[in-house]
Amino acid sequence: MQIWAIQTLNSLALGGLLFLLSSGFALIFGLMRIANLTHGALFMLGAYVGATVIRSGYGMFTAAAAALIVIAIVGGIIERLILRRLSGNPQGQVLATLGLAFIIADFCLVIWGGDPIPIETPAMFQSPIQFLGISFPAYRLVILVISCIIGIALYLLLEKTRLGAMIRAGVDDMQMARAVGIPASQLFTIVFCLGAGLAGLGGTLGGPIFNAYPGLDADMLPLALIVVILGGVGSLVGTFIASFIVGFIYSFGIALVPDLAYVILFLPMVVVIAFKPTGLFGTIRT
Amino acid sequence: MTINRRDFLVGSGAASLGLAVPTLVNAQKSNEPIRIGLLTVKTGPLASGGIDMERGIMMYLNERNNMMAGRKVELVVADTGGVPANTKTKVQELVERDKVQVLMGPLAAFEALAIDDYIKTQKIPTLSVAAAEDMTQRKPNPWFVRATSSSAQCSHVMADYCAKIMKFKRMVMIADDIAYGHEMNAGFQRVFEENGGKIVQKLFPPLTAPDYGSFLAQLKTNVDGIFLGFAGSNGFRFVRQFNEYGLRGKMAIMGGMTALDESVLKNMGDEALGIQTVCWYSAELDNPINLKFAPGFRKTFGYDPGYYAAGTYVSGAVLENALNAVNGDANNKDALMAALKKTNIPTARGPVKFDQYGNIVGDVYIRQVERKDKRLVNAVLRTYTNVSQFWTYDPKSFLGQPVYTRDYPPAKNLES
Repeated sequence: MQIWAIQTLNSLALGGLLFLLSSGFALIFGLMRIANLTHGALFMLGAYVGATVIRSGYGMFTAAAAALIVIAIVGGIIERLILRRLSGNPQGQVLATLGLAFIIADFCLVIWGGDPIPIETPAMFQSPIQFLGISFPAYRLVILVISCIIGIALYLLLEKTRLGAMIRAGVDDMQMARAVGIPASQLFTIVFCLGAGLAGLGGTLGGPIFNAYPGLDADMLPLALIVVILGGVGSLVGTFIASFIVGFIYSFGIALVPDLAYVILFLPMVVVIAFKPTGLFGTIRT
Repeated sequence: MTINRRDFLVGSGAASLGLAVPTLVNAQKSNEPIRIGLLTVKTGPLASGGIDMERGIMMYLNERNNMMAGRKVELVVADTGGVPANTKTKVQELVERDKVQVLMGPLAAFEALAIDDYIKTQKIPTLSVAAAEDMTQRKPNPWFVRATSSSAQCSHVMADYCAKIMKFKRMVMIADDIAYGHEMNAGFQRVFEENGGKIVQKLFPPLTAPDYGSFLAQLKTNVDGIFLGFAGSNGFRFVRQFNEYGLRGKMAIMGGMTALDESVLKNMGDEALGIQTVCWYSAELDNPINLKFAPGFRKTFGYDPGYYAAGTYVSGAVLENALNAVNGDANNKDALMAALKKTNIPTARGPVKFDQYGNIVGDVYIRQVERKDKRLVNAVLRTYTNVSQFWTYDPKSFLGQPVYTRDYPPAKNLES
C-alpha cells in the first residue's frame, strides 16, 4: 500500500517537473509553430546558471530568477538573430535549433566541465516529510506546488490579459491576427523569451533532482516532446494535464514492468501521433 | 637505482634479442619518437572520466619528461565522444594517419567492442581501460591487456566481504541497465549467494533515468544492504535521492568500483560519509608510487585521481616497463606484446601482472568514504591480494559457463 502512495506522489512530482520543462516548449510551438529543439539545451543552461548562482552563495529562488532572466535573454537573441530569418521554413528551423542545441551543449562543457554539478536542495526542504508512515522528499512537493502556481499564472496571462489575447489570436490564425493590427514581430520575441525563460527556470528548480550535467539536454528534450505531442499543440491546459499523465505512466510503468520503461514512455506518444494527431486536447495537427 | 635497473633491462632486452641485431638500425630508430594513441572521451556525458584518462597519462609522461626506454614519446589524443562509430573512425586515424604504435583506452566497453576486430587485424598492442568481461575471457583479443579490472572482478570481492565480514544475509542490487551494470551485479550475486546470502530484489534503471524516485519507492527495506553497480555520476545522484526519501540508515550502502569514484566524490557532501565501495585503486593507497602520484595529481588539478586517471597512469607504467624490455623498439609488435603480457611490476594501484588472457591479477580494496583535510576520500579498510577475474573459480569451468548478464546466473531468491 505504501508503495502505491509513494508512487502516486512521485507521479505528481514528476508531472510538475515535466510541466516546468514543457510549458515553454508548448508556448513557442503553439504560437510560432517552431519545434524549438534548443529547449533541452536551454533547460540545461538554466541548470548551470542556477548552479553557479547558488555556488556564489545565493539561495535557490534567487538562482531560479537569475536563470529565468538569463535564459530569456539568450532565447530573445536566438529568436531575433536566427529564427527570424527562417520564418516559413520549418526544416530550416529544425536544423538551426538542433545545431544551436549542440553548440550550447559544447559551450556548457567548455565552461562548466564534464563533471556533474550538484544543485543543493534548499536547507529547509532537505529532510523528508513524514506522514501516515510514509517518508517523501519535501522538495518534490515544493516542485508540485510551484508548477501549479506557474500553470495558473500562465493560464491567467493567456486568458485574462491583453497580451494573452493577442497570443491566442496568433495561435488560432496568424494572418488574421496580423490583419487586425497585432504586432506579430514583437509578440514572437516576447513569447520566445518567455518560453526560453521557463526552460531556464525549470532547469534550476529541477536541479536538486536532476543536477546539472552534460547530457541533461538530450535527456530532457524527448520528455518535452512527449508531453507536448500528447497534450496537443497550442493547448496550455493540454500540456498541463499531459505532464501529469506522463508522470503517472512513467512512475507506475517503471514500478510494474521495469524492463519496458522506455516502451511505456514512448508508446502513448506514437499511438497519439498515429490515431489522434491533434493530441488529447489540441486543435492543430502536429 | 632506476638508471641501473633500466640499464639492466635494456641490456637484458638486447641480449635476449640476440647479438646479431644490427646496432645501426637501432640507433636510427631511436631518434624516432614512440607514438602512443589515447582513445578517450572529451565531450558528452562520459567526458568526466575521459578527461581524467588524459590527465592521468599526461602526469605519467610529464614525470618522465616525455621519455620512455630512452626514447621520446608522443601522445596523440583522440576524442571519440563515447560513440562507438566515432571510436572506429578515430582508431583508424590514429593508426593509419598518426602511425601510433600503441593504443590506450577506450573508455567504455561498447567502444572497445567496436574496435576489437580492427585491433586484431592491425595488431596494435592496446592497454584497455574498459571493463567488458569477454574481451579477456571467452573472446580474448591477443592484442589487449587490461591493467584496471573486468566488470565483475571487484564485485566478486565486495560480495565476499558483504557475506563473510559484514555478515549480511539479505541484499538488494541496483545498477545501470547496460552490459557493464549487468556483469558487475551478476558477479556480485553469484558470490554473495554462494556464501549463503540472498539477493531478494534486482533493479536496473535506464542509464539515463531522469530520476530514481520510482525505483526508490519500490526498494525493499527489510534487507541488510544495497549494492550499487552504477557508473559515471549515477551513483552520486542515487545516493542523494536515497537520503531524500528517508532511506538513510535503513540499510547499508555498498558500492561497486565506479559507484563513488573520486571524480564524483569531490562534488558530494556528508550524505556520502560511511558508504563502502570496492575498487582496484584508491587515491588513499599508501604505496610509494601512489604517495607520489595522488598528491601530485591533486596539486596539479585540484582533486584526487580516481578510476580513470589511475587507469591510464598505471597503464603508462606497464607500457614503460614493456618498452624497456624490448629496448624501446615499439615497432616490434610481437615482442612488445609478449613483454606487456609478462609485466610484473609495482604500480600506483599495487602489483600488476596479467593472466594468460591479458587481464590483471592484482589487489582489490574495500574503501569507506571518510572526511580528511576537509575533503571526502575513499579510505582503504581492507586489501584483497592477487584477485583474478575468475575470483576463486577454476578458469576453465568459469569460461565454460555463459558470460554474466542481466539474468545469468539466475536469481532464485527474488521476492515480489
